[in-house]
Amino acid sequence: MKPAPFRYADPGSLDEALDVLAAEGDGAKVLAGGQSLIPLLSMRLAAPATLVDINRVPGLDGVEATGDGVRVGALVRHAALLHDDAAARVQPLLARATANVAHPAIRNRGTTVGSIAHADPSGEMTSVLALTDGSVTVATPAGRSTVGWRDLFVGPLETSVHGPAVVVDAFFPALAPRSGTAFAEVARRKGDYAVCGAGVVVTLDADRRVEAVRASYISVGLVPEVVDLTEAVHGRPVDAADWAAAGELARTLVDPDGDLHASADYRRLLVGVLTERTLGTAAAEALERTAA
Amino acid sequence: MTSVDTERSITVTVNGVPRKATLPVRRLLSDALRHDLGLTGTHVGCEHGVCGACTVLVDGTPVRSCLVFAVQVDGASVTTVEGLARDDHQGGQVLHPVQEAFRECHALQCGFCTPGFLVTIAAGLEARDRSAEITEEEVDEIVGGNLCRCTGYANIKKAVRHAAAAMRPAEADHTGHFGGGDGAW
Repeated sequence: MKPAPFRYADPGSLDEALDVLAAEGDGAKVLAGGQSLIPLLSMRLAAPATLVDINRVPGLDGVEATGDGVRVGALVRHAALLHDDAAARVQPLLARATANVAHPAIRNRGTTVGSIAHADPSGEMTSVLALTDGSVTVATPAGRSTVGWRDLFVGPLETSVHGPAVVVDAFFPALAPRSGTAFAEVARRKGDYAVCGAGVVVTLDADRRVEAVRASYISVGLVPEVVDLTEAVHGRPVDAADWAAAGELARTLVDPDGDLHASADYRRLLVGVLTERTLGTAAAEALERTAA
Repeated sequence: MTSVDTERSITVTVNGVPRKATLPVRRLLSDALRHDLGLTGTHVGCEHGVCGACTVLVDGTPVRSCLVFAVQVDGASVTTVEGLARDDHQGGQVLHPVQEAFRECHALQCGFCTPGFLVTIAAGLEARDRSAEITEEEVDEIVGGNLCRCTGYANIKKAVRHAAAAMRPAEADHTGHFGGGDGAW
């Protein structure tokens, strides 16, 4: 099918974009990469009266990696973030997760911030924002504000950003010292929507014992959440930690839904398998970063 | 003040030729290419980004033309499957090495998905280090976003390997396929 008729503006500045959004009212929607929005329009699942295309707005396409974290502008494509070495050094989850976002042709166009603002529970980057305890910057005609991930995600495809507003960047805090990460997912075809996916962070203490374990899942639950798996392996030497026990714990902490693609039980099984698998990888990296 | 429109006039360089069109803003690039510009080589399959049949290059980068509005490529350069072959300067055309490889390896049957594969593979092979032998992982990554429902992927992947060999610079080419690549593609 084809998108229903709409009005289109492609403002040349952020102020103009906010002006148009304010003038067009509730029926206006921001268009960035469009790789989630345009299919929704074509399937007539959404029919906004106006699309405000921000692709011509200058200053939104930067990736800024500092010791504190990585700030990703609203027009940074997944492909650019995937290949940003400085960003990967500060927060390795970014490259690991974006490698799982759709297919190369879609990563070339789709934006990381757009996928966060889209708030799809099967989106990789929503889950990474949660797992890194990140936030977004929201610009409105009244000014800018920072919104933490817990306050951002309200429900599937729903955020707390309303009215004339543009999410101008997302901030992913740096990976803590003595920590390692991993990300993996199961999909019918690599790059398709994941049946289940897992991102994990393992942190060791100075004696190489497990100090903290956190995980976040995709296509599990209605909004991104972070589960704490520390108790299953806390204080264990990293090479003797029982990651399967952490996987078992994870299965009891999630509440996936069943659908056409997978039953709830199968998703819960995958949570356990992916947790065990990713924790082993993340722990090895944490050990490497502890030794270094 | 920013204009808010339901129709726009755009200029796009398609396969090296500047083209103008006046179209509704809701027109997908895939439909603009086929209906407004008469370039029916770009095929429309799923129309929601899954199948890859409509893949074209925008400023040299592969994108799904069903997931971009035509107005968004105003001023840009678009390459479709029709733009892969080159002029032989004798009144004919020379197929792109990927097109040659598809013919050689029987990598198409019904041909519906072929334009998307050709454009995607051509861009993928041109972006990589051509002097290195292509790995299975690279082949999978290049073709992984495109669906084929009849040929099967074995011959398509074989064609990718053949084309990669043909595109190796002459000094690195040990295969002799296609008379040896000169790296010009």
